[in-house]
Amino acid sequence: MPVPVPPALETRAVNKWFGANHANRDVSLSVPKGTIHGIVGENGAGKSTIMSIVYGYLQPDGGEILVDGRALAVRGPRDALAAGIGMVHQHFMLVDPFTVLENVLLGAEGGWTLTRGMARARAELTRLARDYGLEVELDRPVGDLPVGAQQRVEILKALYRGADILILDEPTGVLTPQEADHLFRILRALRDQGKTLVIITHKLREIMELTDNVTVMRRGEVVANVRTADTDKERLAELMVGRKVQLRVDKRPARPGAEVLAVEGLRVRDPSGAERVRGVDLRVRAGEIVGIAGVSGNGQSELLEALGGMLPFAGGRVRLHGQELPSGGLDARSLRGLGVGHVPEDRQRVGLVTGFSADENAILGHHDDPAYNGRLLLDRRAVRARCEAEMEAYDVRPRDPRLPASGFSGGNQQKIVLAREMERNPGLLLVGQPTRGVDIGAIEFIHRRLVALRDEGKAILLVSVELDEILGLSDRVLVMFDGRIVGEVDPAGADERRLGLMMAGAAAG
Amino acid sequence: MAGGGTGVPGAVPGWVDHALLPLLNLLAAFTLSVAVILAIGENPLDVLGLMVQEALGYPEAIGYTLYYATNYVFTGLAVAVAFHCGLFNIGGEGQATIGGLGAGLVGLALTGWPWPLAAAAAILASALFGAAWAWIPGWLQARRGSHIVITTIMFNFIAASLMTYLMVDVLIRPGQQAPESREFDPGVWLPSMEQGLGWFGIAVPPSPLNLSFLWALACCVLVYLFLWRTRWGYELRTVGRNERAAVYAGIRPARVMIVAMLISGALAGFVGVNEILGVQHRLMLNVVGGAGFVGIAVALMGRNHPVGILLAALLFGVLAQGGAQVAFEYPSVNRELVMVIQGLVILFAGALENLFRPRVEALFRRRRAAVSTIQGRG
Repeated sequence: MPVPVPPALETRAVNKWFGANHANRDVSLSVPKGTIHGIVGENGAGKSTIMSIVYGYLQPDGGEILVDGRALAVRGPRDALAAGIGMVHQHFMLVDPFTVLENVLLGAEGGWTLTRGMARARAELTRLARDYGLEVELDRPVGDLPVGAQQRVEILKALYRGADILILDEPTGVLTPQEADHLFRILRALRDQGKTLVIITHKLREIMELTDNVTVMRRGEVVANVRTADTDKERLAELMVGRKVQLRVDKRPARPGAEVLAVEGLRVRDPSGAERVRGVDLRVRAGEIVGIAGVSGNGQSELLEALGGMLPFAGGRVRLHGQELPSGGLDARSLRGLGVGHVPEDRQRVGLVTGFSADENAILGHHDDPAYNGRLLLDRRAVRARCEAEMEAYDVRPRDPRLPASGFSGGNQQKIVLAREMERNPGLLLVGQPTRGVDIGAIEFIHRRLVALRDEGKAILLVSVELDEILGLSDRVLVMFDGRIVGEVDPAGADERRLGLMMAGAAAG
Repeated sequence: MAGGGTGVPGAVPGWVDHALLPLLNLLAAFTLSVAVILAIGENPLDVLGLMVQEALGYPEAIGYTLYYATNYVFTGLAVAVAFHCGLFNIGGEGQATIGGLGAGLVGLALTGWPWPLAAAAAILASALFGAAWAWIPGWLQARRGSHIVITTIMFNFIAASLMTYLMVDVLIRPGQQAPESREFDPGVWLPSMEQGLGWFGIAVPPSPLNLSFLWALACCVLVYLFLWRTRWGYELRTVGRNERAAVYAGIRPARVMIVAMLISGALAGFVGVNEILGVQHRLMLNVVGGAGFVGIAVALMGRNHPVGILLAALLFGVLAQGGAQVAFEYPSVNRELVMVIQGLVILFAGALENLFRPRVEALFRRRRAAVSTIQGRG
């Protein structure tokens, strides 16, 4: 009888409490050596928590962690590193002005003078780059590198420190499709050389494409450990949410009407003075959803903020319902008066005042409305009634108008914002990242509401970095790169490869 | 990120936040005070007992305590209004000084007027003068980004210098040494509480307490209504909590900041009504006497809420009145030692406000977790 090989990484009945919140409940999972293991779950399912425990950021309230069959006491990342566990974070931990080599060396300098460590690191990194396809220029400052390359630096850092088990938290969140493909090739190469990889993600497509096994978590518990080959996206989504989920957006073809928004040669500067929107032309008609695809940071945010009245126009012309707006733009209050709804990209820092109660947030931007005001005082009953009605219609939980916005989960916060902006019959709705950080169940709901609003004849301009969302929702897709619209794609027959190249600025429409 | 800590504010019951923690801070301050009193060889119980007795023990003492508290309510509210807009106005001292100038000029000008009209005019004038003094730092912050902490503290010095110049060279009563104006016509004096209650047949002993105390109470109510019940207060708090969200909502932060400073300065200016029209009945130097700075501690301890500010102002009134008497009675306890005790209260209630918070919150969270575990498994 052959001796069974112990799994590279195993957790046994790990528990973790955050106050009253049972973030991990008897989490047991096992990752065989030389495999890619996916962990999926909604926000708050506890997938990041269990990996933070493995990496030593958090101390478990019970349970065991085993590496190669040996129980391990991880008191901090240093212990995890010593046991051969490395982690690549969603937000990179790099020093921008340092070169790639200096970043890799940081914390592993190996001696008083840098010279010897540098030489050794250079040789070792060259070997790693050759073996795994992890090419980066060692002497470039990290801040000058594209995001995909920065991520490779993070992986190199972990490998240089001798990691055999690599944990990646939402690794494709900031990547273009091409960069993601590149990453997947690297990860497969690492696996084939005997490394073990754990990927935390909420993107089911990546799970199906990349992993060998997958662990599904829900509400702090492991609900399934399955071989990826034995399952499919629909089944995984159902496990994650606990019920059947409609992944595709069901919609009829758009029946566009009159032109609502016309933008010609719009230029916008960000507060630091840099021109981020550099001559954008676009049109949105009533009854259609126009999506703007692009890697974040290519001017989509500033475009949306300018149209929402948060940034002035630096040039160009904008017509709303046929009326030309003043050359510098209008403020948000005037635009709301003209029937513009705006769901900002960053709900926590822009769309909500997190310290305010839900009902105070329900009138943000509409606090001047006579419906909520007496002669002097706010009509608190009207405000509360409004909030209660919106919470009911959007199924916000808990249904407590007095609870501070910070007390709601991300998905429910988003619903508070969406309800406020969508339920006031806007002629034009600007939507940024409508489902960022939102649970699958809520995504389904939000997508249905947006399509319903379109079918009522509203014009919707949608900005999202989630390609699936853009393609699934939009009737027309514009691709934005470096402050300009570089092409238009028909979402029905979109060639993702060409779309990705356009997003990377490599191909014209 | 999934499963992060649920940083829900209000994770502890309200009474912990509003009563237990301030009391713990106060207790810590008094524990250290006891050590200080022991160190100079006095009996702490006697000293602190006398302090309370002289501040609350008999009607006249209470009158004095409330008179001090009146100033602290005004300056505490001033700090709180600015704070809710995200501005740290530490210029209450200067705004109160200039507000006093406004009240004093009214007192000098309105000889022969009935006191209610004079009082209304003085309230208006002190508000205008205080607001004007706060407007400049507010404008500089909102439009030019000059830090309000720096500018307001500089304006305290400018106010003091301006008053010195005016009192020594312009408003001084001719033929006397002290830099004071002439006394106002007694007809425009703000009635003392002794007089005021006397109209209703209630006899209280004389003290500096005057009708401006009622105005201070009214200001508590008005500030509450303004901040939490009007759209303008809503805008002010939005700017204070999240300026980006304010812009998103179509609010102009710069304008709201200036308005907040105007209101803050006006509230500080009301100290002048109490001191000049109610007590001194003449213009003179140094009438504010540090109330502007005590207001910062009062607002911090009162959690920037009018009810808390009222309570904190009463506490600081006790410290001011009781402390002065203790210094008078005990040769070894001088004014500086009383200031040490006041300083300790400010230190623990204000600067070290969060000293005990993490531990108390952890205690409550653990207890609640334990309870829900039992319920979950039971």
